[in-house]
Amino acid sequence: MRTVLFIIQKEFSQFFREKTNIRMLLVMPVIQLILLPLAANYEVRNIQICIVDHDHSGYVRELTHKIAASPYFKLNSYLDSYKDGLERMEHDEVDIVLEIPPDFEKTLIRENEAALSASVNAVNGQRASLGAQYLLAILRDFNREIRLKWVQFPKFNPVPIIQIDHSFWYNPMMNYKHFMVPGILVILLTMVGANMSALNLVREKELGTIEQINVSPIKKYHFIIGKLIPFWIMGQVVLTLGLLIARLIYGIVPLGSIFSIYLFSSAYLLCILGLGLLISTFANTQQQAMLISFFVMMVFILLSGLYTSIDSMPQWAQWVTKINPIAYFVQVMRLVIMKGSGIKDILPHLASILLMAGIIIPWAIWHYRKRS
Amino acid sequence: MPENYLIEVNNLTKRFGAFTAVDSISFNVRQGEIFGFLGANGAGKTTAIKMLSGLLTPSSGDAKVIGFDVKTHAEKIKKNIGYMSQRFSLYEDLTVFENMRFYGGIYGLRSIEINTKAEEILNVLNLLNERNILVKSLPLGWKQKLAFSISILHNPPLVFLDEPTGGVDPITRREFWELIMEAANRGTTLFVTTHYMDEAEYCNRVSIMVDGKIEALGTPLELRQQMGVTNMEAVFLSLARKSSRSEL
Amino acid sequence: MMKQFWIFVKKEWLHILRDRRTLLILFGMPIAQILIFGFALSNEVKNSKIAVLDHANDDVSRKLIERIEASKYFEITKILYNDSDIDPAFKQGAIRLALVLPASMSEDLHHQNDLRVQLISDASDPNVGTTLVNYMSSIINDYQNELIALNKLPFTIKPEVRMIYNPQLKAAYNFVPGVMAMVLLLICSLMTSIAIVREKEMGTMEVLLVSPLKPALVVISKTIPYLVLSFINICSILLLSYFVLNVPVKGNLFLLLAEGILFIITSLSLGMFVSSIAATQTAAMFGTLVGLFMPTLMFSGFMFPVDNMPIPLQWLSNVIPSKWFFNIVKAIMIKGLGFSAIWKETLILFGMTCMLFIISIRKFDKRLSL
Repeated sequence: MRTVLFIIQKEFSQFFREKTNIRMLLVMPVIQLILLPLAANYEVRNIQICIVDHDHSGYVRELTHKIAASPYFKLNSYLDSYKDGLERMEHDEVDIVLEIPPDFEKTLIRENEAALSASVNAVNGQRASLGAQYLLAILRDFNREIRLKWVQFPKFNPVPIIQIDHSFWYNPMMNYKHFMVPGILVILLTMVGANMSALNLVREKELGTIEQINVSPIKKYHFIIGKLIPFWIMGQVVLTLGLLIARLIYGIVPLGSIFSIYLFSSAYLLCILGLGLLISTFANTQQQAMLISFFVMMVFILLSGLYTSIDSMPQWAQWVTKINPIAYFVQVMRLVIMKGSGIKDILPHLASILLMAGIIIPWAIWHYRKRS
Repeated sequence: MPENYLIEVNNLTKRFGAFTAVDSISFNVRQGEIFGFLGANGAGKTTAIKMLSGLLTPSSGDAKVIGFDVKTHAEKIKKNIGYMSQRFSLYEDLTVFENMRFYGGIYGLRSIEINTKAEEILNVLNLLNERNILVKSLPLGWKQKLAFSISILHNPPLVFLDEPTGGVDPITRREFWELIMEAANRGTTLFVTTHYMDEAEYCNRVSIMVDGKIEALGTPLELRQQMGVTNMEAVFLSLARKSSRSEL
Repeated sequence: MMKQFWIFVKKEWLHILRDRRTLLILFGMPIAQILIFGFALSNEVKNSKIAVLDHANDDVSRKLIERIEASKYFEITKILYNDSDIDPAFKQGAIRLALVLPASMSEDLHHQNDLRVQLISDASDPNVGTTLVNYMSSIINDYQNELIALNKLPFTIKPEVRMIYNPQLKAAYNFVPGVMAMVLLLICSLMTSIAIVREKEMGTMEVLLVSPLKPALVVISKTIPYLVLSFINICSILLLSYFVLNVPVKGNLFLLLAEGILFIITSLSLGMFVSSIAATQTAAMFGTLVGLFMPTLMFSGFMFPVDNMPIPLQWLSNVIPSKWFFNIVKAIMIKGLGFSAIWKETLILFGMTCMLFIISIRKFDKRLSL
């Protein structure tokens, strides 16, 4: 076991010798953690709406004011022709065109029912569906106000009415950054860890020093473990740094215990670093290792539930997420930080990650050949 | 008394697909000798040395190194040999001492042993002032001497040197061979590949490989007499003419 | 001169074709991405796991639960019996929404005509949280309207929502153009810059540069094979999206391909530019990934909405070539517009390409004279 210590010592000396490494390990995640949440803001605000008015009635004016006053919408333009509105949509200037037919107000009063139509730019499906929902909510509200004006509802409801009270838990301010920052931190940790470990072993192959290792009596598992531990330590440093930034810049304080985050990250890092080393036993050049790890990570990140909810994936993709370490950690981070889940709650996740690490690391050791 | 062989090779062969890199070679290396393994580039020397040091699995034939079969006990062999290859094997981004500490460590030396050994080597190589500088800033000749010293740090009874003097000037080569002789005087057995024929004269016995086969084996004197020539260069040239692989 | 040029191109081809593993990834990457985006990722919120805490357990509650179960949006995975069970269920990540029905349900509804139900939504993802509450509300509203079937409410505004360009809200409509921009940029700039810098590192560049061919041509010859590879990738992306994802090219296919080639050349120039600065492969890799790939992912608008960013970042997004290409592809492919709608974007890309190309060629030429 003493050999492992010598490998660890050597890895650290090599790592700290290269200034770029330190920059990559410390500065990069910091910058990205500051920049990315600014970008990865899926909050749907400032929906550009264009109202095409063929009616010019008082109701439409009221509705227009109501929409313009909403924090979700920005009144982009007020036009007479639907064609002009659509043209603006073609140039991405407008997200929704709300068309109000002629005699809208009259029809509504006379026939008790009037239609209007909203055309939503749906190239980005998420933005479209939320935008439509917000607009419908405003319309519902508006509708209720009109009714109140015309009908005097008795104290006792004449018909059965179901009222819905809703409450938003765990993020009552609906702050999108609180949702994204923990997820992005996982991705950064993963990218740094997997890339560093994937490139490390291949570098020794490219430089030829691996031959000197292979001709020594060193045990394969000593070598792999000795490579793993330094990156494991550095991973925890990156995580700590990330949690600090989350706290200082975004004011995100984990509701749950920090201990359960570190417990999980300890297992997670083993898994992800093992994966990097496994990749590097397959690759011959750094370019190859980088491409493979990039490819694998891309698939895992896309299917991690960071961007789109896992629930809405088809069954097969949900099965894939069962073997996706990133999906587990993203979920655990959100659980612990936002909901204050405890160790007991994340135990199933932890068990899965440990199982994966228990397969990947021996695989890397087995596939690393001292002899060809 | 039977002779004490450290390496016994019998019909050792390595094929890569249709290409036979090493073609059924057989020879023995005695305890304590400097054995020169000569041949042109591409003759199969490196492949042979990799099989003997446990880096490559032979296709057929047997070899025993320090009494262990290369096919089944490669890891036991590795414990008892030193190895230095033409591809540079020190970590360029580590200092001289860090390299010694690392290699000493993976061969299981204790820290005190490593420290005394390191001082000793630095003394011999006149590198005391360079102890803490990066290997990458050393001249090539020094790097090679250092690499050799590190390969025998753990006092192996047998050392494989694969083209140890490639690319350096004659004076440095001479100094390098002095290090080899010293090691031999201390009882280490050395197995050296080279394509410099003048270096053959330093060896107790040499074999000459052409196209994967051993074409000649004996002391330098014997070989010269057999061929009726005055130097090893001529011995080699007359053998190498038969080669179809090298561009001589 | 031309003949020598083609010899160089051929040599580069051989390098690429030799490395099967890399080649596999280069072709496999866009295919995998398209398939993932097309089949696995969806912006629609559906099959969300929810819990019901049914204090009533009567006819009314059972009917409501039946309706919820029939909807594609929800999947009831947990039946709770205590208010105190709600929090733990959320904490295990097992549910995203809890519906609490009061014990006096049928009494409230039929006699008081006033029933209150409670929805608790996990708002850690605010968008999904909001969407789920909206979906559930409309299911409950439908149920209510059915109950009062004939007693129609007066003065009803009937909004009709049309989803233009992408009626089914497929993620693919947004992602196909995005993947195209990303993959082209990645292959062209990353691979070329590494290929050129590798020759610099190994010293073979000098050998090439002393050949009678002009240095600029030597460098260009290295980019030609990647142009071909990238063009193949455009075709495979388009074929896949047409035949597998049913995302057709609404506009002019030839216009789209021509714009694709323009963007390939832009990316190749970027790669050349990086390689004229970088000294080692690692630096080139690092430079392209951090300097090009991250900004592309962030600012091209296909992953992250540019509108939501702070103004300085929105300004910054204008210097990212893929932003313009993403808009072009979206316009031609999804919206079916013609050249008149995208001439501005095309001109910007063209200008960027010329600038990058001239700068990097100059750099290579100068190096030789030094």
